[in-house]
Amino acid sequence: MSLQNFTKYFFGIAILVGSAISCFQCIHTKKGGRGSGEVSYSFQVRPVLSDKCFACHGPDAKHREAGLRLDVAESAYAKLRDGKGFAIVPGNAEASEVYKRIISVDADYQMPTPESHLGLLTKDEVEVLRKWISQGAKYEKHWAFVAPKQSALPEVGDESWPRNEIDYFTLAKMGEVGLEPNEPAGQEQLIKRLSLDLTGLAPSPDLQKKFQDGDTEQRYEKIVDELLSQPSYGEKMAVHWLDIARYGDSFGYQNDHSRTQWPWRDWVINAFNRNMPYDRFVTWQLAGDMLPNAGKEQILATAFLRNHKYNEEAGIILEEYRIEYNLDKTKTVSSGLMGLTVECGQCHDHKYDPISQEDYYRLFAFFNNSKEKGQDKIQGGVAVAPILEVTDAERKSVLNFINSADTSTIWVSVMSENDTLRPTHVLNRGVYDAPGKVVTASSLKSVMPFDTTKYAKNRLGLAGWMFNKNNPLTARVFVNRIWQEFFGRGIVKSAGDFGMQGDLPSHPALLDWLAVDFMNHGWNVKRLVKQIVTSATYRQSSRLTEAKKEKDPENIYLSRGARYRVPAEMVRDIVLSTSGLLNPEIGGASVKPYQPKGLWEGSTANRGDLTKYVQDTAGQLYRRGLYTFVKVTLPPPAMIVFDASNRDHCEVKRQKTNTPLQALIMLNDPAVLEASRVLAERTVGGKMPVEEKVRQLFQRIVCRRPTEKEVDLLVGYYHSELAKFSKDQQKAGKVLNVGDFVHEKGVRKDQAAALMRVINTIYNMEETITKS
Amino acid sequence: MEKPIFDFGMNINRRHFLSKMSLGLGSAALGSLLIPDIFKGGEETSVNDIVSGLPHFAPKAKRVIYLFQNGAPSQYELFDHKPLLNKMFGENLPESVRGGQRLTGMTANQTSFPLAGSIFNFAQHGHSGAWVSELLPHTARIADDLCFIKSMNTDAINHDPALTFFQSGAQVGSRPSMGAWLSYGLGSENQNLPAFCVLLSRGIGNGQGVYSKLWTNGFLDSVHQGVQFSSGENPVLYLGDPDGMDRSERREMLDKLAALNEGTFAEYQDPEIVTKIQQYEMAFRMQAAVPEITDMSKEPESIVKLYGPDCLVPGTYAANCLLARKLSEQGVRFVQLYHQGWDGHSNLPKEIRAQSMDVDQASAALVTDLKQRGLLDETLVIWGGEFGRTNYCQGKFSREDYGRDHHPRAFTIWMAGGGIKPGISYGETDDFGYNIIKDPVHVHDLHATILNQLGLDHEKLVFKHQGRRYRLTDVAGKLVKGIIA
Repeated sequence: MSLQNFTKYFFGIAILVGSAISCFQCIHTKKGGRGSGEVSYSFQVRPVLSDKCFACHGPDAKHREAGLRLDVAESAYAKLRDGKGFAIVPGNAEASEVYKRIISVDADYQMPTPESHLGLLTKDEVEVLRKWISQGAKYEKHWAFVAPKQSALPEVGDESWPRNEIDYFTLAKMGEVGLEPNEPAGQEQLIKRLSLDLTGLAPSPDLQKKFQDGDTEQRYEKIVDELLSQPSYGEKMAVHWLDIARYGDSFGYQNDHSRTQWPWRDWVINAFNRNMPYDRFVTWQLAGDMLPNAGKEQILATAFLRNHKYNEEAGIILEEYRIEYNLDKTKTVSSGLMGLTVECGQCHDHKYDPISQEDYYRLFAFFNNSKEKGQDKIQGGVAVAPILEVTDAERKSVLNFINSADTSTIWVSVMSENDTLRPTHVLNRGVYDAPGKVVTASSLKSVMPFDTTKYAKNRLGLAGWMFNKNNPLTARVFVNRIWQEFFGRGIVKSAGDFGMQGDLPSHPALLDWLAVDFMNHGWNVKRLVKQIVTSATYRQSSRLTEAKKEKDPENIYLSRGARYRVPAEMVRDIVLSTSGLLNPEIGGASVKPYQPKGLWEGSTANRGDLTKYVQDTAGQLYRRGLYTFVKVTLPPPAMIVFDASNRDHCEVKRQKTNTPLQALIMLNDPAVLEASRVLAERTVGGKMPVEEKVRQLFQRIVCRRPTEKEVDLLVGYYHSELAKFSKDQQKAGKVLNVGDFVHEKGVRKDQAAALMRVINTIYNMEETITKS
Repeated sequence: MEKPIFDFGMNINRRHFLSKMSLGLGSAALGSLLIPDIFKGGEETSVNDIVSGLPHFAPKAKRVIYLFQNGAPSQYELFDHKPLLNKMFGENLPESVRGGQRLTGMTANQTSFPLAGSIFNFAQHGHSGAWVSELLPHTARIADDLCFIKSMNTDAINHDPALTFFQSGAQVGSRPSMGAWLSYGLGSENQNLPAFCVLLSRGIGNGQGVYSKLWTNGFLDSVHQGVQFSSGENPVLYLGDPDGMDRSERREMLDKLAALNEGTFAEYQDPEIVTKIQQYEMAFRMQAAVPEITDMSKEPESIVKLYGPDCLVPGTYAANCLLARKLSEQGVRFVQLYHQGWDGHSNLPKEIRAQSMDVDQASAALVTDLKQRGLLDETLVIWGGEFGRTNYCQGKFSREDYGRDHHPRAFTIWMAGGGIKPGISYGETDDFGYNIIKDPVHVHDLHATILNQLGLDHEKLVFKHQGRRYRLTDVAGKLVKGIIA
């Protein structure tokens, strides 16, 4: 391999493995982002120390070796316990024990030790530490624990490119790494992207046409506003929130009865649609029941904390599970809302972040005063106390966003506080029956002090702490998550971990700018979304060139539009919306569309009301993906195969895989076949030439005009299939015999079957279920 | 040490680049790709992939078949012969023996804990003299091929967490299950089948259900998820083409589709499009390969006789054992069976008799069959439940009829093949069968040992997720050297 090739590969890998160190180094050496080679503690040094050293020389007091901490200056600069030298001598790497050990080849002396299995430092990492120590070994607070500040917009070479502030940051970064933005996306590509991103649905032929009639700035904005005001916007936004809130339609452990948390889901959709400010949206979910004059709606919102699983097994030890549920709440709030993984603190001091076991149980204490027991009377669909009764009358008045055809009362598990405070103990080793010291509720002090003169020691106080503008995490984490929805990757890639082991932001200044802007404008979600989709960054073409593939295969630097397969729910929604089968009804009890036979039956313990899958009928078969019933112990397979969350626990980021099982679903799932059949039956006949029909169908499903080559190929396919079916009408009938939807009358079966095959082929195109 | 890993990483990445970007389109040159990549798709290579694919040392076993007895079979009725319990029949479990063991909510309020001896007869079998009860005559016959671990113990006392613990090394949460770890660490040996397959069956006894969490990929790439085979018309979900579509028509459709997708690739150059084309080809091949494997009609008479007539009835334990052998023979890395019905809280003698009938012949047949094909050396077979049962009775109590509650502190499983010592019994319990007195084997230890047999160091098979390095054995696990051949 030539040196040049080696460098290319090396660069590729550096990006691929997300080794921020190497990337940032490239940047700094190229453009001198931070001046003449000054090493950044937060961005270059700490990731190395955190990854390789903190496990034994970090915050966890119980597993600290040689009494040495490398995460705080005082300890790192102090004389070593054995009296022989200093771990770090600022300004003198060669005299520093740390440096001597990381370059040593002596297994008895080197660090990390072979027993740690952490592996030695790479050459680059060693060099970063050497430079940092030589430059004075200055420590800084972890970037994510310092409140964001809005910096001035960076200077850019091409002032004509940016459409809004976002673009200054991205263009400047592209400049630093030697990339240039792509051309703007074509109108067809852009309207599909916009429609999928804002409503989760493919653009209707009407919308596609409307968009074509001109692309002036004003017109684009108008269409964005129109899409934001559609009820389907709330449905699209709800999906990622349901993942965070581990929303499911059953209790989740082995017996797995159904439950009725869905009125909360309807509330979420509604809240997004009426653009409830994010601070209120979350405050209600954390502590709606504790607000002065809390109404039913505020209490309903707290179902967020109760969506986790409940063990219905006979003979469980109640306290064990009561604790378990609170651990889950703690995890959901920390990972989902604060972007921190704190679970380590359940058993011991955090090894990487400055979060002690005591800190953990102080956070846990906010949820420990809930009235719920480890297990209560659970019957099919009836929630565990404390519960909220939602009557039909309320659904017609104060809770009119809840969709229910049935008039009977619905029960939802919600939050309610004990009258007298239940003491919270630090649990030794995290075990429920090993209580230690008693602690009171307080949030993570290393993030921001929890000032008890300002905040009550309860969930409402926690919400107040979270939405203080000096809280360094809340806005950043949410802005990042929304960014991830549009670009497929957050500015911080590890969307659920902003701690020291998390990824560093690719565009730190942009993240901070957006976070501050978001807070300064009243936590306005629609405004944030609009900022993103009106940026030039968002509107680029997704075309990939050889050069960009090599330089930035992951599109970290955003020099092209995002291109990726859509999430599971959207796969379904695209099929339903483009075929005309979609039932646009919003909310209500979850539905059971087609599912392969025997799945629930094969796994059930024969207890509970979900032992058999009873498929829905008629219109309920054509509801959007987010309404598909999630039996937590056996979630809908077609969704899971496309990487949907199994809703077992809080999930902030889905994977994006590309597997043969996905191909099988698109080829053979009756839902896709039925959509193809119905669309075929509606299209055959009449005087329109086949070429034109194919063009229109293609436009409708793929949302662009087909090329001549594509038309020829599909028309050729149509004719060859037609020839076959004309000779065998019975076979045509068999092919068409799929799905419950009523057949069109008077269609020629051979033509319909041939066209159905053409349509099914179009549905299977990579482009059809790709946002590009 | 770092250097070779880094070089290896370079190769992986280079291979990845080649496979994803330089592959001739439409040629479907899948055979030229390295096998572990084939069932894989999606996102970028991560640093974790670099760690994977490295057997840490020469493996003794290549594949695993885990016969999970879901619900927890009673060791007292099957393997752990305790005549003292018959002698002390009806007497209370001495407090000194119980030693503060926590109880489930089902027996916590019981005022007495009357000891219950098994009503079934025991005898010693084979050269090794292993104790096996009359309920398992076929198993008894192959005793010299088996390694009985009499000293298994676990942390959990309820089914769901205990099962989850056995599969993933953690009682709660969605950690990757053992099969997913092996798929991640070793990939697939067969380009037409997933690396991790799951087969379900159920007996008449009290069942406790299974759930897809047990075969989850957790935070690993979802290609490592277990693929559930069903006994219905489609052994793999959505595998069968719809009515009226034959193989040549499907081929034709896929050719058209590939041509369309190539057009998209020409426009966007996105390597994911190439992967997509490959995955459709893989799906096409699976459509042929899977039904061939699940078709039992061509099995010779001798095989049907060996496994028992039930092996021709899809969805039975016997059929699943035979299918497991066939999948394993074809290179499936981990075949996980679950057989429900062992939760004998009451009516235990009757239920366990039927459960044993369900599984005895086919379990033994699987071991014998692997042996006669010369595959037992490289295939690790494991048989056991999620915990044991109490030596005292729960609920209604007579000599002929009793029940047993959950007991995590000591129970029995067996292993065969895969470099495990045959014909031994490892570990011992006290005369009450309640406590382990020699060589305890914790679930983490079992996991460490299974990985070891496959050439993997349980402390090195790690995946970094949300800032922490996770492994199957969490932060524990010791090799059980005494059972390794």
